[in-house]
Amino acid sequence: MIPAAFDYVAPTSIDDALEALRSAGDEAKVLGGGQSLLPVLRLRLAAPTTVVDLSKVSELRGLRDDGDEIVIGAMTTHHDVTRDPLVAEHAELIAAATRTVADPQIRHRGTFGGALVHADPAGDLLAPAVALDAEMVIAGSTGRRTVPASEFFVDFFTTAVAPDEILVEVRIPKHTGWGAHYEKFNRVAQAWSIVAVAAAVRTEGGSIAEARVALTNMASTPVRATGVEQALVGQRATEEAIRAAAQHAAEGTSPTTDGNADADYREHLARVLTGRAIATAAGVGS
Amino acid sequence: MTATLEPELGRARKRKEDARLITGRTRWTDNLTLPGMLHLAMLRSPVAHGNITAIDVEAAKRSPGVITVLTGRDLADEQGSLPTAWPITPDMKSPAHPSIAVDGVKFAGEIVVAVVARSDAEARDALDLIEVDYDDLPVVLDMEAALAEGADLVHPDLGTNRSALWVFDSGEVGSGGDVEDAIRDSEVVVKRRFRQQRLIPAFMEPRSVVMDPTGEQFTLWSSTQVPHIVRVMMALTLGVPEHKLRVIAPDVGGGFGGKLQFHPEEVLTFLVARRLGKPVKWTESRSESLVSGHHGRDQIQDITISANSDGTVTGLKVELMADMGAYLGLVTPGVPVLGAFMFNAIYKIPAYHFACTNVFTNKTWTDAYRGAGRPEATFGIERIMDELAVELAMEPLELREKNWISHEEFPYTTVSTLTYDSGNYEAATAKAKELFDYDGLRAEQRRRRESEDPVQLGIGISTFTEMCGLAPSRVLGSLSYGAGGWEHASIRMLPTGKVEVITGATPHGQGHETAWSQIVSDQLGVAFEDVEVLHGDTQISHKGMDTYGSRSLVVGGIAVVKAAEKVVEKARTVAAHMLEASEDDLEYERGRFTVKGTDKGTTVADVALAVFAAHDLPDGVEPSLDSDATFDPENFSFPHGTHLCATEVDTETGEVSIRQYVCVDDIGIVVNPVIVEGQIHGGLAQGIAQALYEEAVYDESGTLVTGTLADYLVPSAVDLPHFVTDRTETPSTTNPLGVKGVGEAGTIAATPAVVNAVLDAVRHLGVTDIQMPTTPQRVWRAINSARGEVKADAAGATEAAAGGGLGSIDANSDNGGGAR
Repeated sequence: MIPAAFDYVAPTSIDDALEALRSAGDEAKVLGGGQSLLPVLRLRLAAPTTVVDLSKVSELRGLRDDGDEIVIGAMTTHHDVTRDPLVAEHAELIAAATRTVADPQIRHRGTFGGALVHADPAGDLLAPAVALDAEMVIAGSTGRRTVPASEFFVDFFTTAVAPDEILVEVRIPKHTGWGAHYEKFNRVAQAWSIVAVAAAVRTEGGSIAEARVALTNMASTPVRATGVEQALVGQRATEEAIRAAAQHAAEGTSPTTDGNADADYREHLARVLTGRAIATAAGVGS
Repeated sequence: MTATLEPELGRARKRKEDARLITGRTRWTDNLTLPGMLHLAMLRSPVAHGNITAIDVEAAKRSPGVITVLTGRDLADEQGSLPTAWPITPDMKSPAHPSIAVDGVKFAGEIVVAVVARSDAEARDALDLIEVDYDDLPVVLDMEAALAEGADLVHPDLGTNRSALWVFDSGEVGSGGDVEDAIRDSEVVVKRRFRQQRLIPAFMEPRSVVMDPTGEQFTLWSSTQVPHIVRVMMALTLGVPEHKLRVIAPDVGGGFGGKLQFHPEEVLTFLVARRLGKPVKWTESRSESLVSGHHGRDQIQDITISANSDGTVTGLKVELMADMGAYLGLVTPGVPVLGAFMFNAIYKIPAYHFACTNVFTNKTWTDAYRGAGRPEATFGIERIMDELAVELAMEPLELREKNWISHEEFPYTTVSTLTYDSGNYEAATAKAKELFDYDGLRAEQRRRRESEDPVQLGIGISTFTEMCGLAPSRVLGSLSYGAGGWEHASIRMLPTGKVEVITGATPHGQGHETAWSQIVSDQLGVAFEDVEVLHGDTQISHKGMDTYGSRSLVVGGIAVVKAAEKVVEKARTVAAHMLEASEDDLEYERGRFTVKGTDKGTTVADVALAVFAAHDLPDGVEPSLDSDATFDPENFSFPHGTHLCATEVDTETGEVSIRQYVCVDDIGIVVNPVIVEGQIHGGLAQGIAQALYEEAVYDESGTLVTGTLADYLVPSAVDLPHFVTDRTETPSTTNPLGVKGVGEAGTIAATPAVVNAVLDAVRHLGVTDIQMPTTPQRVWRAINSARGEVKADAAGATEAAAGGGLGSIDANSDNGGGAR
């Protein structure tokens, strides 16, 4: 479990990091918390010539309040996300999903932005970002650009971030007062999700006024369950209404069959777990 | 001073070895660094079956830091063939077993090229520069297909994939009736096929070997359970004079049978270091460990049980196929055969037939894994007892009670010819039922069924026994085992009253240092802290049979007692002389001799000092109290227990969660309850892991697809329930301490308890079997299939049960996804 040799640079600013990427060319890899990159390097599934470690770039860390949005720095650890009062108040769905990531050791090393740019559809933070209409701020040689979550995830392990760019921060619209739940299904606590569902709902007088639902690991990118959202809006928040809406969960998905689960089982799980996620988010049922 | 010592037997001491083991600041093999040491790395075959047509090592040889690159051809003349110590039948087929492949490979993971370099990283880098060409041959993976007429052969020179057929028949032996008669004449006959999936021992410390050829003797350090056996096997296999070889197992981080082996990497590290005249180290990666350390289990069990309509069992017929993998290891052939003595378990079975067919496939070879044959047998009998109960519409505990040996019937000779010395199944079961709230949970189960609750409750039972103390040398001889089963201990009395205990039972995490200290403290009246336990080095512990087969306490521990008794007898002569009394007038208790009827006395420690000075010893008495003993027990020991498991099955997702787990184990007298608790907890974790999580999965090309710990799902503490553990205490009658050893209680009992509970939860829905591990998808499919909603194999036999891997990254592919 020894990686192939590579050059290592640890810049202290975003500009220096971009310069390091530019000079390293196509074979560079960005190191966030290392929770995905290091296993891949050690298994020699990847052999970059240069690793650009962002851990010393302090401007990439931390959270802040910015009007209608909260802003999470790309190198903020999962642990810090779960402990932050801004996230708890305005984006509980992010905190709920982050709490389910692996174990405390990993949550102290792994980073919010790293997990998003890794873009593993089985990862837990993609679906919440999509559900809450997050926006990704990307820095490159020509300046910064902002990409909505719905366009950020392109394919397995592929995002809108180009090889010479860096994800700087994620802007999340405030969902203050919304109920939220992340329903994760896996076989052991430290395993990736077989399927998971991110749900946030705003209720008014016992009815569902707005709903945001997205699915983990049901396609090569996170899937927004628009059919479920549309079926929920305006309904009384009852178990029956939620269960009926959840029947739309697998629409538009294309789950894989692998050693962990077959596609038809994943579709079934998506429906069951969506119902449970929304019910919990809406405070309905047991 | 001695009068103030508390009795140690039964005392819940924390383990004296734990601080350094847990922090890792200790003598793991990989922590060793010798002057001028080189590093060895292995290139392994990605192909499960093929002939090697070309190997190009030129680029690797030129790679920085590389000293030499060796292929099988380079080592063919000196590597010999790895031995099998257990030829179970005279006509057993046993293939040549090279440490490094010469002409072809028989499983994916077999060593093809060895690289030696100045650093481990340089050795690893050079592996990527080697080109090997293979001519693929047909891959044999399925045992039934392997036995079919005209099957492709793993070893064409053997002419068959059948290694051996081993049979026990109570009618022929005379220990019982004829099972075919019993089946024909019985009112109820139940036949089932169970599958024991392949498991991987997954010990925490990867294997590591260091060989130093620079001294007068060769010194080999290895992370092994069996340094003494490795030394003998090294001598026999490689022709190294035994007295020129020293083998050391320093601290060893777990084994579970996985390090009960004489393995290719030990041979190759030795050969390479000898050839180069320099110390060499090999340490495996986790991926290497999973693919090339031996695997365990992997049986297909066809079981037929017959009974009268009142539930009295009349016969048991067991037909096994056991997967050897590609080669035979140290005790590979005998592992399933050990089960022959355990299928009849705690029950009075009048007629019994056992037949085991050992089969070669193109997979990693199997061998001992935690319990070694006994968990497989216990699973089979405890599952079929539940199936029989269903057939008879009997409460499963009542069926067991009707057939088990009652406590008045001990000693009891079973249909498989073992004599159980003691036990009390009624007491353990009664206690377990009470702790479990058996009746309350049954009532809840009824309520959930009636209300069609999406979450159903099931109760699983496992009333088990095991044969502990793999010893009686006579018995092992009768089974064609290649060695005896005795154990050795020595005690050295130091002049300052401290004691060194040398044991031949080499620990790898069990806590021998603590337990042996407690035993010796009681025997010799010295403080626990004043006892040092030495082990694992053939030059310090010159004689031993090591640790496996649940034998340490009941064989090695008793050897310590016997050695202590000899120390006391030697000391008695000197004490009588010092006290000017007759030996017959001395009383001895816990380290102190007193003259009967007086307050005159002395201690073993005082005697030790007098013997050290040797100024005034009786005539003809040698100036030493040091003693040794080699103990070979008359019989196995038979711990037993009742394990009860309640599972909740979410019928919407198929998810199984353990609601309540109670075990009451009877392991006789206990030396240290903390160690017992730890052993049971770990055992339960591994037993539950087989039921719910773990499986070594191969794809159709013979590649192990559970090649990382992200795919091979070893559960962690957070995945396991709270365990309610308790004990009953029926002393063994066959050793002076009354101990039986805790053995593999948890591992053996837990697997059938959990699977029985899962089935009990969904049986009313029409489910009759779910293959292990009972993954959510398998449970869900079984329920759907029973409801007729989905066409699927009820037992889920067609699906693999690998874990999720590294998210969506296929860690077993050569070009997995990128990662940022």
